[in-house]
Amino acid sequence: MAPESTPPILVEINNLTKSYRRGVQIIKVLENVCLNIPEGEFLALMGPSGSGKTTLLNLIAGIDQPDSGLLRIAGVDISLLSESELAVWRHRNVGFIFQFYNLVPVLTALENVELPLLLSELPRVRRRQQAELALKLVGIYDRKDHYPRQLSGGQQQRVAIARAIVSDPVIIAADEPTGDLDKVSAGEVLQLMTRLNQELGKTIIMVTHDPRAAERASRLQHLDKGVLNACTV
Amino acid sequence: MFKLILRNTLRHRLRTTLTILGMAIAILSFGLLRTVVDAWYAGVEGAAADRLVTRNAISLIFRLPLAYLNKIQTIDGIKKVTYGFWFGGVYIDEKNFFPQFAVELPTYLDIYSEFVVDPEQRQVLVKERNACVAGRKLAQRFGWKLGDIITLKGTIFPGDWELVLRAIYDGVEETTDETRFFFHWDYVNETMKKNFPTVANQVGWFISQVEDIERAPLIAAQIDATFANSLAETLTESEKAFQMGFVSMTKAIIMAIQVVSYVVIAIILIVLANTMAMTARERQEEHAVLKTLGFQGRHLVTLIAGESVAIAFLGGLAGIIAIFPAAHFFRTALGNYFRIFNVSDETLAICLLIALVVGVVAAIFPAWRAARVPIAEGLRRIG
Ligand SMILES: Nc1ncnc2c1ncn2[C@@H]1O[C@H](COP(=O)(O)OP(=O)(O)OP(=O)(O)O)[C@@H](O)[C@H]1O
Ligand SMILES: [Mg+2]
Repeated sequence: MAPESTPPILVEINNLTKSYRRGVQIIKVLENVCLNIPEGEFLALMGPSGSGKTTLLNLIAGIDQPDSGLLRIAGVDISLLSESELAVWRHRNVGFIFQFYNLVPVLTALENVELPLLLSELPRVRRRQQAELALKLVGIYDRKDHYPRQLSGGQQQRVAIARAIVSDPVIIAADEPTGDLDKVSAGEVLQLMTRLNQELGKTIIMVTHDPRAAERASRLQHLDKGVLNACTV
Repeated sequence: MFKLILRNTLRHRLRTTLTILGMAIAILSFGLLRTVVDAWYAGVEGAAADRLVTRNAISLIFRLPLAYLNKIQTIDGIKKVTYGFWFGGVYIDEKNFFPQFAVELPTYLDIYSEFVVDPEQRQVLVKERNACVAGRKLAQRFGWKLGDIITLKGTIFPGDWELVLRAIYDGVEETTDETRFFFHWDYVNETMKKNFPTVANQVGWFISQVEDIERAPLIAAQIDATFANSLAETLTESEKAFQMGFVSMTKAIIMAIQVVSYVVIAIILIVLANTMAMTARERQEEHAVLKTLGFQGRHLVTLIAGESVAIAFLGGLAGIIAIFPAAHFFRTALGNYFRIFNVSDETLAICLLIALVVGVVAAIFPAWRAARVPIAEGLRRIG
């Protein structure tokens, strides 16, 4: 393979270890995980419940800190960042999609999407425009003034996706984004994510239990009891 | 951010309303209790520093012989002496209470220059043996006009005492007591001489005006020394100390009121802190989401403290607004006991300050905890 045709590695994970302490007991969740994710990939993470998928995703998204190992994203070793540096980093680089949408109930769809932009220095009007653009992109602009409880699950998830992409992040991390949706809504959400990947070139890491969702991905990784099957060297 | 605070505040309308109501009641109680305490001490503040009160050393209820007057007058440094006693009569009904004094009117009015009487009225007042003078507020209270006959039923001095209102005095300052009532000591004494000669020619207290305030304590000691080892020993103190003595009978009550007012604040602080802790706990997942989006601990602190202060401030404001009608009610219902019942600016400022402090303090723990919870923890659904 010619080097110029290989996309650069965006996420570089080497010997990553994470354990949780529950009282005196220490539970090893991830052990020596190695994983490289090239830019523009749509990666699906599968595995049984409790295998550490969410934990791994959280580490990549900078929501949690590893115990040891290398975790380099776009050249930055995020395990070395302080809590507030990490917050700034997350805001610039990661869009997160949750299983239960997790929109702020007292804010409208538009305000929810605008929320991350409050941390930027954009003027009000520009924030509005950008949030509206994101809502148009996910096809829910006509519901911009609705509150989350006035929207269906699929619609809420689309608003959540708009919120994830509004500050134009490099990575989109999705934890079971279709886990709470019916078939039709799930299909719509997956189609949307595929578009984000193909048309906007976003790197997507998606945890899922749904094989149909995994089919959409460009690569599938299995995680079993904290060990990636691809990392057996 | 501000919008989010506002929307969050309105999220649980009932809870927020109840908390604001609680805060309002707490601030209202605090403000009223403080005003009651102020009203008690107002009596003391009216006292002049150049006036000494001489009374029986044993107790206020024992009297002194009028004969002491001459001896006191000769003491160096004393400008003028007046005397009198507490009459304690009933006007029509017991609930019409107001302070009544039988005094040596000409000297009394000279010394108490804060009670201003029209010179013409004063002339008649001083001449007529059963004339009396009332404060402007007192006259207004009963609708008295000059020339009215006011009948007091004696409790200490038996019989019906018919007095003619010949003057109405005004206070020099707004805080001057305008609810007092004075008439001639002579008038009472003449009757005593006739009917109860053993108790005639006695006074409740002498009031001496000194020339030099600096020397007042010295002069007080000198008066008491003059009557040491006599049949009725005296106790002389500044008018302020004298009135403090009155008030100090109720000092324990005043203390209790003050303690209660702070307890009320402590309770509302705990209530608000509990509400905020409950609210923050319910929103733990939401806070984790905000952090995922890049918001930091300090943003969450702003959110929670903002909401807490907003609730406390609204409650405090409502309480302060409610103080005025409440104080008005107190004034009309209990005005006879508290001659001044004004909510001071200081009380209002303290109420507002306390409301804000309660708001901030109540948020400290919930905000600190919300800022500290790791995101991964907050995102894991509890239950
Ligand atoms: N904060 C935590 N404290 C203690 N234990 C934790 C914590 N987070 C995760 N764990 C444990 O780590 C293991 C992996 O959890 P994780 O949520 O990553 O699994 P998962 O693969 O996402 O499972 P699921 O498919 O059910 O979402 C589980 O045994 C879980 O109990
Ligand atoms: Mg999971």
